[in-house]
Amino acid sequence: MGNYLPSTPQEREAMLKAIGLQEINDLYHDVPESVLLKKPLNIPKGLSEMEVREKMRGLAAENRKFDTILRGAGAYDHYIPAIVTSVTSKEEFSTTYTPYQAEISQGILQSIFEFQTMICELTGMDVSNASMYDGASSAAEAVMMCLDRRRGTVLVSGSVHPETIETVKTYCWGRNVEVFVVPVKDGRTDEAALSSMLNEKTACLLTQQPNFFGQLEDAAHLNELVHMAGAKAVMAVYPTSLGLLETPAEQGADIVTGEGQPLGMALNYGGPYLGFLACRKELTRLLPGRIVGQTKDAQGRRAFVLTLQAREQHIRREKASSNVCSNQALCAMTAGVYMAALGPDGLRQTAELCYHKAHYFARELQKIPGFVPVFDGEFFNEFMTGCPIEPTLLEERLAERGVLSGLPTPQGMLWCVTEKLSKDTLDDVVKIIREVCAQ
Amino acid sequence: MSYPNELKYTKTHEWIKEEGDSLLIGLTDYAQKELGDIVFINLPTEGDAVTAGSSFADVESVKAVSEVMSPVSGKVTEANEALADAPEAINEHPYEAWIIRVGEITETEELMNAQEYEEFLKEA
Amino acid sequence: MKLLFESGSTGRKMSYLPACDVPETELPKKLRKEPPRLPEMTEVELSRHYTRLAKQAFGVNNGFYPLGSCTMKYNPRINEAVAADPNFLGIHPLQPASSTKGCRDALALAQTLLCEVTGMDAITFQPAAGAHGEYTGLLLIKKYHELRGDSKRSKIIVPDSAHGTNPASAAMVGYGVINIPSNAQGCVDMEALKAACGDEVAGLMLTNPNTLGLFDPNILEITKLVHECGGLCYYDGANLNPIMGKVRPGDMGFDVVHLNLHKTFSTPHGGGGPGSGPVGCKAFLKEYLPSSLMGEGRKPHSIGQVRSYYGNFGIVMRALTYILTLGSDGIPASAETAVLNANYLMQQVKQYFPVAYDHTCMHEFVLTLEKTKHDTGVSALDVAKGLIDHGMHPPTMYFPLIVHEALMLEPTETESRESLDEAAAAFRAISEKVVSDPASLHNAPLTTPISRPDEVTAARSPILRYQFEN
Repeated sequence: MGNYLPSTPQEREAMLKAIGLQEINDLYHDVPESVLLKKPLNIPKGLSEMEVREKMRGLAAENRKFDTILRGAGAYDHYIPAIVTSVTSKEEFSTTYTPYQAEISQGILQSIFEFQTMICELTGMDVSNASMYDGASSAAEAVMMCLDRRRGTVLVSGSVHPETIETVKTYCWGRNVEVFVVPVKDGRTDEAALSSMLNEKTACLLTQQPNFFGQLEDAAHLNELVHMAGAKAVMAVYPTSLGLLETPAEQGADIVTGEGQPLGMALNYGGPYLGFLACRKELTRLLPGRIVGQTKDAQGRRAFVLTLQAREQHIRREKASSNVCSNQALCAMTAGVYMAALGPDGLRQTAELCYHKAHYFARELQKIPGFVPVFDGEFFNEFMTGCPIEPTLLEERLAERGVLSGLPTPQGMLWCVTEKLSKDTLDDVVKIIREVCAQ
Repeated sequence: MSYPNELKYTKTHEWIKEEGDSLLIGLTDYAQKELGDIVFINLPTEGDAVTAGSSFADVESVKAVSEVMSPVSGKVTEANEALADAPEAINEHPYEAWIIRVGEITETEELMNAQEYEEFLKEA
Repeated sequence: MKLLFESGSTGRKMSYLPACDVPETELPKKLRKEPPRLPEMTEVELSRHYTRLAKQAFGVNNGFYPLGSCTMKYNPRINEAVAADPNFLGIHPLQPASSTKGCRDALALAQTLLCEVTGMDAITFQPAAGAHGEYTGLLLIKKYHELRGDSKRSKIIVPDSAHGTNPASAAMVGYGVINIPSNAQGCVDMEALKAACGDEVAGLMLTNPNTLGLFDPNILEITKLVHECGGLCYYDGANLNPIMGKVRPGDMGFDVVHLNLHKTFSTPHGGGGPGSGPVGCKAFLKEYLPSSLMGEGRKPHSIGQVRSYYGNFGIVMRALTYILTLGSDGIPASAETAVLNANYLMQQVKQYFPVAYDHTCMHEFVLTLEKTKHDTGVSALDVAKGLIDHGMHPPTMYFPLIVHEALMLEPTETESRESLDEAAAAFRAISEKVVSDPASLHNAPLTTPISRPDEVTAARSPILRYQFEN
């Protein structure tokens, strides 16, 4: 039996005696006899560490890990500096609970305060919370922030990540709120359609920048239309792109959210990732989840605490702004270390490398007949092309050569290039694609 | 703790001051002491309807939230916006820090005078 | 402690990335006007910054951590090693299925094992935390009633001892909450429950053992009553630790359950996440479970999606490692030891401070300092802060709400007899202080980098980000 019990059977026997009981099951006398398990669970017996490690290693080995990844669509393969993992694997950080006891949690609280500051800097917003579960659920919570008695319907652009739309729809169904998807035209939010859909009931519009198809939206204009209708502008953003591109604040956003995975988190088959959520100052009290604030202790020393807690579920119960309790604190710290390590220059360099390499690859790819761009607008590091052969066949052939291709979608192949891919690698991929298509 | 004679009181610890056709509602000294340091107040907006026996605002201390109840039905004609920036006024001067002014009153619950309220507090 | 923004200096940087090796393209028209004011520092400064911060954090490895309802057991190192396998870490969530057999098999295995532990028929790993699981579970219940055309059901029964997330989650699915008081024994008041049951009830949310650490002996009657009125029964798995391998939610009459892998199944809590809140259900609710639209496709009766992809996969791998390690023998042994440790500690501590409900407890017990506060002015907060000076993490304070001046202690099974004895000695020392020098406890803790922070100012005039000088 594998376990982590320090007490020996003899010690447990002695402790049982000390509380005046005869046998272990005396502790369970409140459990109705009919449901107390009479035989062991139908699962394997415990294993030694060596056996477990081998079993799990064997499972992992059944995966195929790609060295060259040309797929993004919400999860991005960026370079992670070694210091990021080294910091976040410190046991003082990884094994602590939510910092309820400020006096012994200044390290965690300060790291969250630093994270909040960096998210504000990145997005141009005034306030950030301490993190959300992931980009999709964070977008849904951002939308929930906009609902009030008078404005109870939600608009989501059809160019937002499909799983984010799906999540927003779920949250809206939960709250009995109507949600409408704004059509897409030429790979971007259809402005004419948007104008006709906005009305005095509209709580907000959720857009994504760059959008799911990789295209840069004219978000400033979309947000202007939204504001003219008296609704709020919510933007989901790709944090890496903000090393270079106009901030959501500059584009008129009221609330900014996004998937923080690109900021130092591994692909990890979809999680743990990081939702971030920031807003203008006036909306502070509508933010869900934990928020860290600065104050002083009795001696006047700077101190950090969980604050604005009376918004939260443990105090307001059914009247809380959200039910969020645990968030993704260690992922927020990961993002914090990543942004601090890169600094403003490193972040800009990452964004520029993504941009230049994606555009280079797009040009090279277009030289192969059939890989015509589906949309002609500006893009950051993702773009969509046609495919002259069956897309899943191309995916399979590239996989055989250790390359994860662009994502086959109904509109075309969605390619993504990050700073991790060298020119040589990109050239090789183009060569392979040429060969595959020639066959 | 003080309970001015010119005011009326509720069992849920609000004070009421009648002023012609309208009245002011605030929190009693007892209420503010029980709540502790008030850090935020959620005010209704002018024109909102209030109903006797229902809450019209809530006040937050660091780790608690408490509803403020209306003993009358009517319409909010004014909310004390100064409290939004300085909710501590309720702790400091509970009888000056009125929360809302109510007009167009259609229904009023039974209220206590200062002496009755003090008796009520003793029993509770 | 300096903040990151007060360290480093303009122009300092590191060299993580190579120069651009492709021909450059003209940049887009709309660029940010100012760079973000991120730290500019060298790696040595950054490394030391976080080492300093780590000294001001308290993890399970720093000492006894009896934070009630949070199950702060030891986080085995092997779990971390397994989760760090590059063949897990490097897998894109939208890879073709043929290349993700390992991930899918591992999730399927975790599903089978957890179904057996809970007595459920299917499980989703999409929810990222316990509250997210509650939300997902309630959506299953909502979908069930909706598809049956039973639109009248709009209320959820929640005992007054429940976690705050329960009523908050109910509100998020548009349900009203019927609060049920606890009886003199700290369990569900059966008469109140009977009165609440009716054709408007969508379901009941219950944690058993409850937040007082008591196993409700009427559990079978409770779930029966709710079923008879047409409602479903939801099991809040936050307190599963003391009963895993001993009794199963499915056998107690529950239809839906969420688990907190970061509590019961030993995954580290990370200072507030990432956790994982898988939701299990009986077969008749299976088709409503969420799925990943792009990974698995949309299922016709699914509630949709509650976040992207397949949830916090890396956390599930840690929990799977733990379950395989414990196995059918280690799971009940851990539960039994958690209960034994709690009762052993309660037996000692109640000599110094009264227990709210003096009865055999499960994984945790709750002290009430109402009389202490009345007689001496020493509050639950003062005692909690005093315990910090004895090198331990304080218990959960002021919860559950039905106990005044509450301190809730959950020692977990991974504490030795000596560490429980030491904790009891700390309570004794504080109880003596309460008599000899109560005023000193108002200033505790005295051994920490800061004393008690001014939370009133923090909330009245919030400073939520660093204020740059320019």
